[in-house]
Amino acid sequence: MAGPTASWLTFTQANIIMVIGAGLVLWLLYFGAKPKAVVPGRWQAAAELSHDFIYRMAIDQIGPEGKAYFPFVFTLFFFVLMGNLLGLIPFSFTYTSHIAVTAALALMVIVIVTAVALREHGLKFFTYFFPDGAPVFLAPLIVPIEIISYLSRPVSLSIRLFANMVAGHVMFAVFASFVVMLGGASILGAVGAAFPLAINVVLMGFELLVAALQAYVFAILTCIYLHDAVHLH
Amino acid sequence: MGEEKGTDGTFEARLKSARKRHGMDTPAPGQDSARDSGNALGVGLRVGVELVSALVVALAIGWGLDRWLHTMPLFLVIFVLLGGAAGVLNVWREVSPPSVPRRKQ
Repeated sequence: MAGPTASWLTFTQANIIMVIGAGLVLWLLYFGAKPKAVVPGRWQAAAELSHDFIYRMAIDQIGPEGKAYFPFVFTLFFFVLMGNLLGLIPFSFTYTSHIAVTAALALMVIVIVTAVALREHGLKFFTYFFPDGAPVFLAPLIVPIEIISYLSRPVSLSIRLFANMVAGHVMFAVFASFVVMLGGASILGAVGAAFPLAINVVLMGFELLVAALQAYVFAILTCIYLHDAVHLH
Repeated sequence: MGEEKGTDGTFEARLKSARKRHGMDTPAPGQDSARDSGNALGVGLRVGVELVSALVVALAIGWGLDRWLHTMPLFLVIFVLLGGAAGVLNVWREVSPPSVPRRKQ
């Protein structure tokens, strides 16, 4: 084991995949957007579609102010998407399956959202925790509940992504272990091992869907939180 | 009357099956089905996460306050109750129909 200082400096598997993921996104977008053809090729179409998809999502969810936050949402979406997708490659590593990574992302989101709200509304932001028209004598009950609800956002945001990724990979591991155990049993078992193997093939397709969906959910929830921060009520 | 009602019922049933055969009764893809991501497991997981995360935050706050003020079980008890309420509030905001004005999410 490394010493206390060196353990902070180690460059792990997760970091390598993060760098690869970020590099892949930059590579896709830079060389995809480079031709600037009027009739886009496949690569350029992919780059433009991914840009427009997130751009429309930001505008739809946040409103016209969403333009300012589009780069943030775009980066977040593609970082999570690359983490989920690269993790499905055998011998790779899913960095979004670590709560440390997802919690750091969710904390970043909530700090930025709160900072945006404070910048836009100043101290009026704190009226967010008490809905208009509610009876004042209920304030001691409503305000703590609203604050807990607000603070639970980063927790649920990070747990949702982390749990989905872990659950998918655990299912892969369970069915793959069935293949190994049955395959080692007997000639009959080797035939039976085809079934869990087939299930794993189907699961791979399902996990591709989950990977894209969870990245989308992460991005759209960030947009919804930004909407609340910009519009408050 | 009773007999008429019986034939009515079979007609209804036949109409329904005919409509189904021709794909006329498929529910319109509403906002709900788009948000649900298509499976009950997803909905269950989402709701569970919302409930638990509010409770986790409330537990942390209550425990921290107790540690700070040396009132061990008092704030923990209060905040567990508040956390349960906040979890239900989270779930309600998650599943409430879009027609209800969602002032705050």
